[in-house]
Amino acid sequence: MSDAPLVTVDGTPLKVSLGRAKRKAKIRALLLVAPLFLFILLTFFIPIMSMLLRSVDNENVAYTLPNTADLLAEWDVDSGDLPDEAVFAALAADFKAATVSKEDDINATKVGTRFNYEKSGFRSMFRKTNKIFEKGGVEPPYKEAFIKINKRWGDADYWRVMQREMRGKTDSYYLAAVDSGYTDDGERAMNKPGKRIYLKLYGRTLGISLLITCICLLLAYPVAYLLSILKSRTSNLLMILVLLPFWTSLLVRTSAWIALLQKEGVINSVLVSIGVIDDANRLLMIHNATGTIIAMVHVLLPFMILPLYSVMKTIPPSYMRAARSLGATPFTAFTKVYMPNTVPGIGAGAILVFILAIGYYITPALVGGQSGTLISNEIARHLETSLNWGLAAALGALLLVAVFALYLVYDKIVGIDNMKLG
Amino acid sequence: MKLLNRTLIAAAVSTGMVGAASAKDLVVVSWGGAYTASQQNAYHAPYMAANPDINIVNDDSANGAVAKLRAMQEAGNVTWDLVDMVASDAILSCDEGLAIEIDHNAVLAPAPDGTPALEDFGDLVVSPCFIPQIVYSTTFGYRKDKVGDTPPTSINDVFDLAKYPGKRSLEKKPINNLEWALLADGVPADKIYEVLGTEEGVDQALAKLDTIKDEVIWWEKGAQTPQLLADGEVVMGSTYNGRLFSVIEEEKQPVGMMWDWQVYDLDGWVVPAGGKNEADVLEYLKFATDTQRLADQAKYISYGPARASSAPMVGKHESLGIDMAPHMPTAPDNASNTLLYNYEFWADNVDDLTEVFQAWLAN
Repeated sequence: MSDAPLVTVDGTPLKVSLGRAKRKAKIRALLLVAPLFLFILLTFFIPIMSMLLRSVDNENVAYTLPNTADLLAEWDVDSGDLPDEAVFAALAADFKAATVSKEDDINATKVGTRFNYEKSGFRSMFRKTNKIFEKGGVEPPYKEAFIKINKRWGDADYWRVMQREMRGKTDSYYLAAVDSGYTDDGERAMNKPGKRIYLKLYGRTLGISLLITCICLLLAYPVAYLLSILKSRTSNLLMILVLLPFWTSLLVRTSAWIALLQKEGVINSVLVSIGVIDDANRLLMIHNATGTIIAMVHVLLPFMILPLYSVMKTIPPSYMRAARSLGATPFTAFTKVYMPNTVPGIGAGAILVFILAIGYYITPALVGGQSGTLISNEIARHLETSLNWGLAAALGALLLVAVFALYLVYDKIVGIDNMKLG
Repeated sequence: MKLLNRTLIAAAVSTGMVGAASAKDLVVVSWGGAYTASQQNAYHAPYMAANPDINIVNDDSANGAVAKLRAMQEAGNVTWDLVDMVASDAILSCDEGLAIEIDHNAVLAPAPDGTPALEDFGDLVVSPCFIPQIVYSTTFGYRKDKVGDTPPTSINDVFDLAKYPGKRSLEKKPINNLEWALLADGVPADKIYEVLGTEEGVDQALAKLDTIKDEVIWWEKGAQTPQLLADGEVVMGSTYNGRLFSVIEEEKQPVGMMWDWQVYDLDGWVVPAGGKNEADVLEYLKFATDTQRLADQAKYISYGPARASSAPMVGKHESLGIDMAPHMPTAPDNASNTLLYNYEFWADNVDDLTEVFQAWLAN
């Protein structure tokens, strides 16, 4: 009896039958998450991946200038001479083809804009040349003709950049994102000190975000505690106050901080009128890092209070009473019993606030001045104004890597399982 | 209940049909606020009155429009028909193939005396894709009550902290600021771009800006300087002349204008490549950029019309009733020292110098 496999009433082995039932449940579960999974895949994952690919993509250059790309590869950059007539002839053929092409992707001026990221001057050089070709082009000898259109065609440094950036994948956006680039000799090197900016902004972004997270934690902890011990009628009322900022537009809240904090603002005027500070020494609380920190702490505070509150709500008051009755001082009872129980809430709140702080750019742009702007402001600038999406993608990718690294550190120290959002 | 349902369905069907049979929508993207209102009054409303089959829809998303346009084009679905842009963005759009090239003389109306459009606009057609609309300028406003009896009259005063202590607001980009710094440092106006073309020249400009760096509030949105002036946060600041006009004349704040070395810039139309109603838009543009329409716009906002032939027709402000000609950046009294935005220099150097400028700010 004990050796025979267990069977159900209809004779199928129990194992098979169980497996079938389990598989059904699994498929049902998968079907239930499928809409969300597809939604995230289509609206989040794919767009982000395609954006990140831009940080190395450089196919368009050689696609627009195919003949030049072929011939220029053989040119010896260190010879000190310009490329020979054949290369100029190929370039003329490429320009000619580009002006008559109906394809969106074949556009010589667009390539000029691309090269201009590497070296100033390419944009007008390509635009002028393109105009000449739209009107009919040039006659050989091509070298002289090109140099007559724009003298930069006679500068080997420009040709060196062109030869290098004919490649289909480029590292120049990533180099730029870490304050580096190619020298005129074609070597990779750090930029001159006066042109280094992004590494500093990464450091500042991480520093300010950490500080904001800490301030949020310090402010939110007592509030969440109070909410968790009050009767639900009172705590619900207070909870509305916590959530109230969510119902106001971000821009309105930021403008309100400007009205409060500025030099002629409410706080300074009150302090002056009660004589705490004199009129000549009004406090500078906005248009600098202080302004960014104050305004962002306010915006992000609810994201810390809510997870803390939900965790504190589940800690029975009897724990503290038990600790006290066993002889612990209030301080020991708090640090040994209460606080460790709130760690999942602290972890969840801290991660939420930190991640949100890293990506903020509207608030810093309005109140940050020169010391309070963050890396996301630069990413936004490259996306919206300079249209250098390759660099924006590289900056974004590095930020993503930095956040992942911090996440791993967090997982190592606190443990990601030890987190509770509600 | 059944009857109600049937009526509702009938109503829905009939409105749908009316919608289909009535006007064709043209989506026109502009800056919103007073600016879009001036275009609505001067161009859109009269055009729609004369052409009932066209319905112009205003979209206020001109901020960052080049980026949005590029995204639309890459997605293969351009939903905009006409976009208002500053000239440098129009040049960028043209370089990137986001806008169509215009044959100005063929598409646009000649001046009343028969001068072809291209000649009437003169050198303001800075890109083949660009149809100029207005001339505006970036210039300085100052608090009258904070400068005593000697209001600032020259660009040097912006850099003179001893004579005019207090904060200044400047735009958070190199354009205009580097030029003003060099002018205040004694570089003659016709040598500025020659100097800025060299590394030493850029250092010289930044060194001059260093002298006031601690006293500067950097703005990014055009509304910031007017607000900072109204709040008394800054003693002087740069912004667009139309914004200052509304602070002074409409809001009656104690603010004065300092026109010395104002920098002219242009704003105008760009027709997106791949737009779905190209023919209708060009028809509209012929009307909206003619001499009378451009002059009409100045009734609502203090920006100068881009056509030479419109200038004599500028009249009074529609609601304030004041004469608009003296408030134009191009009025002779305001235009003794002026710069025109150097499109070619900045198209080549904006990426590089913005990086240098941002690094200077961050250090």
